[in-house]
Amino acid sequence: MDWISPRRLNRIGMLNMNRRNVDYIARYNDRSSYPLVDNKLKTKLAVGEYDVKTPKLLQVVRQQHEISHFREIAEDLSGFAIKPAKGSGGKGITVITGRDGDDFVKASGARISVAMLERHLTNILAGLYSLAGTPDVAIVEDLVESSPDLAKYSFQGVPDIRIIVFQGYPIMAMLRLATKASDGKANLHQGAVGVGLDLGTGRSLNAVQFNRPITLHPDTGLALENIQIESWENMLEMASRCYEATGLGYMGVDLVVDAHQGPLLLELNARPGLAIQMANGCGLMPRLNAIEGLKRPHFSPRERAQFAMNSFSRM
Amino acid sequence: MTVRSRIPFYVAVFLLITAGLSVATWRHFEMGIPWMTGEQQPVWMVEARVDFEGYGESAQVSLHVPQQPPGFRILTEQAASPGYGFSILENNGSRRAEWTKREVNGPQTLYFKTQFVPDDSIVQQPPKRPPQAQAVFWEEPQATAVRELLNRATERSSSPESLTRELITLMQPDNRTQNSTMLVSDENYLQILVRMLNHAGIAARTADALKLEDARRRQHLVPFIQIYDGERWLTFDPRTAEQGVPEHLLLWRQGSESLLDVVGGDNSQVSFSMLRQTIPALQLAAREAASNGLSALSFYQLPIEEQSMFRMLLLLPIGALMVAFMRMVIGVRTSGTFMPVLIAVAFVQTTLVPGLIAFLSVVAIGLLLRGYLSSLNLLLVSRISALIILVIFITAGLSIVGYQMGFNTGMTVTFFPTVIIAWTIERMSILWEEEGPREVAVQGAGSLFVAICAYLVMSLPLAGHLTFNFPELHLVILGLILLMGQYTGYKLSELRRFNPMKAYD
Repeated sequence: MDWISPRRLNRIGMLNMNRRNVDYIARYNDRSSYPLVDNKLKTKLAVGEYDVKTPKLLQVVRQQHEISHFREIAEDLSGFAIKPAKGSGGKGITVITGRDGDDFVKASGARISVAMLERHLTNILAGLYSLAGTPDVAIVEDLVESSPDLAKYSFQGVPDIRIIVFQGYPIMAMLRLATKASDGKANLHQGAVGVGLDLGTGRSLNAVQFNRPITLHPDTGLALENIQIESWENMLEMASRCYEATGLGYMGVDLVVDAHQGPLLLELNARPGLAIQMANGCGLMPRLNAIEGLKRPHFSPRERAQFAMNSFSRM
Repeated sequence: MTVRSRIPFYVAVFLLITAGLSVATWRHFEMGIPWMTGEQQPVWMVEARVDFEGYGESAQVSLHVPQQPPGFRILTEQAASPGYGFSILENNGSRRAEWTKREVNGPQTLYFKTQFVPDDSIVQQPPKRPPQAQAVFWEEPQATAVRELLNRATERSSSPESLTRELITLMQPDNRTQNSTMLVSDENYLQILVRMLNHAGIAARTADALKLEDARRRQHLVPFIQIYDGERWLTFDPRTAEQGVPEHLLLWRQGSESLLDVVGGDNSQVSFSMLRQTIPALQLAAREAASNGLSALSFYQLPIEEQSMFRMLLLLPIGALMVAFMRMVIGVRTSGTFMPVLIAVAFVQTTLVPGLIAFLSVVAIGLLLRGYLSSLNLLLVSRISALIILVIFITAGLSIVGYQMGFNTGMTVTFFPTVIIAWTIERMSILWEEEGPREVAVQGAGSLFVAICAYLVMSLPLAGHLTFNFPELHLVILGLILLMGQYTGYKLSELRRFNPMKAYD
């Protein structure tokens, strides 16, 4: 068993869970803003007003009887994603990438019948995936077609980019790549690969899987050293703009890069995880302290993004 | 966002903890509630036995019983005397037990039992009206002898106490002179002594005492002599002239009251037997609390049934403290925040191993059945409801099968909260589908680990004792939990989780 001393962690500036909960989430995130991020439908509508693009909404299933309409709409679709509005951690998300006769094909390649999709919708409505088991709403979204530059690194699934935004400043970012172990999901604790991204340039730093440093993607075998995210400044500004939309002082912004539409917001998270520090190989504390110590905060998202690119670059 | 000062918070927590501790300490000293379990306190059980012979008439027996014997506290009093009316009468400072019966024939025996607790803090109360020495007339030639003796004693003494001591010494058979021999015979020695002291201007009286020795029967009272020194009555041994009340001496009768009066009977006599008992100090405190205003702060007055319920309820905070510590400081992952506490409470009732077996089998069978339920495509609420019914079936089945096979422990499954188990099964099952069996094992083991830790602490006799008898200690637990809510340091598990960061230091 290998342990690291608390003093050493302090020196690196690692943010831990208790401090995150007490000093950042509880202090900077207003309870009344939570429903905005815990409900993907509300998030979509809220950020839409601030010019943050999200995948196109195809249908909202609110009631059990509306499920029958789903069949009609799904007839004409080849790719879409069904999500519980109040789901967390990617739970309950089903991604359909194509058709095989009457059946649908999931991202993993498995086939699934309409009846099973309808059962899935029923489960979502009953609140099976929602945070507190409360009744939920299912949303059907356009399928995100990941840009091929990034998609090639991921084993199935869509690679997404997690940016921690503190008081409107992007302070740390990572790219999350699905693996076989994570079952096509981009959740780090399920075994997805996290690649730290330099805030100044959008280039990859180090990569981790299961908290261990790696250099190659375990499934695709591609080197993770020289990944470059396109339109990086644009993405940071988008993330920064979510602060105005939600008012959450400490949040995680999940973005994807669509092949046709560019960066899209997938979801917001009011309790972003700590593994991003390991993917970046540095702690959050120095950056959080730097933002807290600012005498004159910047008002526009563009200024904040630029400040972050200049201040937190490691290249 | 403004950062509120933490100082009022810490002051409040400090106040909570000190309040809890000081109330507990105060109650420990004031009510004698022991800190530890099993503390024993000696108690003397003294039984007065009155024998007499009735001759076919109505009888009235009146026995002097102690009121405030110095050095002892009266815990209980009870009379055993079939067919007699009984009451305790109190008038101007003396207490008498009185038995009455319409027709009494033949030998009779009456019992009066009292439990005394040794307590040094009890001293004699000064009398309301200071007693006066009574004038005594002596006839010659006694008068000369008395004068002579008193003169000698006065010469050798300086105070009423020393005079008394000298007088007693002079009157002892070894020291007797002609004068004293003429005065004293064995029967009237005490009376003469009292009269002489009164004659010398010192208020004096006799008292009867009982030497407390374990398991003695048929003991009789031993006479003592008391003089009044202006503030209180002082006791002297008329045989050795020793002053004061020895440790195991119980003054049963003080003053001029008669010890026993029998109307309508003959050949009456009273004898005593005694026994040294030890009873738990806690029981003693509880009994005394009943007659004490402080009892408002404790649970002793509640009906026994409610008391045992509170016993259980008051253990919960310890479990909560344990869960808070395990999750926030150690970093153990559990399924459901307080599920482990409820499991631990069930373990307290079932004991550990049977409880563990019962719990694991219920959850395992439940998970199997839940697998079938999930293929039925049910709505969440009806699935949980079905699961609750299934859990009841499982517990019933396990109990019956266990009983038929001769394991009474099978019955213990009923202690587990059904709804909690149903939710646990549901959550475990979803966890299994979404995150795989590994996560189920991690969280399940974490929950059981915390539950077992909580059980081990909660089942300590000391924990049950302190939480029930010092409910104010829960303020301390509350304070600790509040403090833990402010803990922003690393969890133990994070020291391992963040270990790879060594590479970047």
